[in-house]
Amino acid sequence: MKNCDLVIIGGGPAGLAAATAAFDEGIRDLVILEREENLGGILNQCIHNGFGLHTFKEELTGPEYAARYEEFVFERGIDYKLGSTVINVTADKVVTYVSEQEGLQKIAAKAIILTCGCRERPRGGINIAGARAAGIFSAGTAQKLVNIDGLKVGKEVVVLGSGDIGLIMARRMTFEGAKVKAVVELMPYSSGLNRNIVQCLNDFNIPLMFSHTVVDIKAKNGRVSSVVIAKVDERLQPIMETAKEIKCDTLLLSVGLLPENELAGYAGVEISPITNGAIVDDQMMTSVEGIFECGNVLHVHDLVDYVSKESRHAGICAAKYIRNGVKTAEFVPTCGTNGVRYVVPQKIRKDDDAEQISLRMRVSNAFKNVEIAVLLDGEKIVSRRKQIVTPGEMETIVLKPELVAKVKQGNKLEVTLNVGGVK
Amino acid sequence: MRELICINCPLGCRLSVDDKDLANIKVSGNTCPRGATYAVNEITAPKRMVTSSVPVIGSKTKRVSVKTSAPIAKSKIFECLDEIKNIRATAPVKIGDVLLANVCGTDVDIIATREAK
Repeated sequence: MKNCDLVIIGGGPAGLAAATAAFDEGIRDLVILEREENLGGILNQCIHNGFGLHTFKEELTGPEYAARYEEFVFERGIDYKLGSTVINVTADKVVTYVSEQEGLQKIAAKAIILTCGCRERPRGGINIAGARAAGIFSAGTAQKLVNIDGLKVGKEVVVLGSGDIGLIMARRMTFEGAKVKAVVELMPYSSGLNRNIVQCLNDFNIPLMFSHTVVDIKAKNGRVSSVVIAKVDERLQPIMETAKEIKCDTLLLSVGLLPENELAGYAGVEISPITNGAIVDDQMMTSVEGIFECGNVLHVHDLVDYVSKESRHAGICAAKYIRNGVKTAEFVPTCGTNGVRYVVPQKIRKDDDAEQISLRMRVSNAFKNVEIAVLLDGEKIVSRRKQIVTPGEMETIVLKPELVAKVKQGNKLEVTLNVGGVK
Repeated sequence: MRELICINCPLGCRLSVDDKDLANIKVSGNTCPRGATYAVNEITAPKRMVTSSVPVIGSKTKRVSVKTSAPIAKSKIFECLDEIKNIRATAPVKIGDVLLANVCGTDVDIIATREAK
C-alpha cells in the first residue's frame, strides 16, 4: 500500500481548486483521482457562457473555466490519475481505486478531500408512470450526448423541470434543430435564473408551464411518442381532468441533483438530511477526522465561482490539518430558522484560531425585502438586507475574524430571516 | 407596448416598454436604472452570445466547444448556427483559435473554447 499526504477524490472544479490551494499551502505529496478521461468534471459539457464572472472578472464558457483551473494544477506539477474510480474510503483514510493501467490500488492518506460532485435525479427518483421506452434522458445526459459526443438526441422535446440545466438544454436542443414543445414545472415558480428563462425560453417562444407535471409517457415501437401532462393542485397532486397529451419523441428530466456521497457513507461520514451532503465544520472537515468535503458533493451550488472559493478554503484547511492535526473537538452548532433552509458549515470549531468564516445558506421560498440576521445565543451580531432572496440563489454571510472570536465563545449560532417591515 | 423581464438580478422586474418612438423609449416597472438600460438595449439592438460544438479531425477529442468572440444580433442566431454546423476543426486546436472568421458577415469570429491535442 502506498502512502500519501492528501488524496483528492474528483477532478472537477472543486477538486482542482482544493488541490491548487493545498499545494500553495505547502503540501507536495498529493494526488487527484478522477474517474473520467479528462479533468474538469461537468464543466466540460457546460459549453454555454456565464461562468467565472466573480473569479476571473469575465464571462467564460464551462470548458474555458475548467481549463484555467487545470492550468493551475499543471503548472504546479500536481499529480493526477485519470480513468481511476475510487471504490472505497475507510474511516482510517485508506482509499481504494481501480484503473485500467494500475488495476486495484490502495493509498493510505493523512487527509482526504471528497469532491465527487452530484448525480442527476433519475426518472425512478420521481416515479413517472408510463412506458419504459427510448427517448427519456436526464438533461445532463442529453447535454453530454449533444455537446461532447455530437449525437442527435431527439426532434420533438418536452422538458420536465425548469432548473437551469433544463432551461439551458431547452435552448441547446432548439439550436440543434429540435422543436421544444414545452418546459413543464411542478412548482409555481422556476428555480432557474431569470436570465435563462428569458434567453433560453422566451427568445424561442418555448412555453413554460408552471404547476404542471408529467403523468404518463406513451410509446410506439419502443420510442417515446407522447407525454401526458396535467396541472397540479396546492398539494402538488395532479388534477387528472386537466390532462392533455403532447406529441414528442424525447423527454428530458431536469428534476434535481443528488450529491454523490456513497464514498462518504463507507467512511462513516455523518450526512445532513437537508443538503444530502456531509455535516462539516468551518474547516470543511466532516465528522470523520481528516476527511474533508467541498463543492457540489457538500451542497448544490448555483455558481462554480462559489465552488472554487469553498474548495480553496477546504484545500488550505486540509493542508493545515496535515501539519498540525486538530486542536479541539468542541463546536458551536449553526442552524437556519424562519425560512433559512440550511446553513453550511453546520458547526464551528472552538479552537483558538479566529479566521473569517463564510456561512453559506439557502432559503425555502422567495421573500422580498428581507434581512438575513445572524444570531449568537439569540443576540444579533451581524445582518444583511436583501431586496429579494430566492431558493435558487445561494446566500453568503462572511463573519470577520473579530466576530468569529466572539462566536467561538458562544453556544449556538442561528441564521434567520426577518421578512417585511425592514427599513 | 412590449413586456420584458429584466435579467440583471433575481428580482426579475416585469418591464413595460413603450417603443412607439424608438428615439424616446419609455420604460416602467423597473426598480433600478439597470432595468431601463436593459430594456432599451433589448428593444433597439438585442444581442446574444452563441455557443455550440464542432467535430475535430485528427484527435482523440471528438469535438471541441465553440463560442462567438462577442455577442451577435439576436436575429442572426440561427444563421450563425448554420455556419457553425459546417465547421470541421483540425487538431491541434487551442482555446481561442479562430475556427471561422466573420460569421454571417459580422466582425465576430467563432472561436474554440476547448483544446484538442
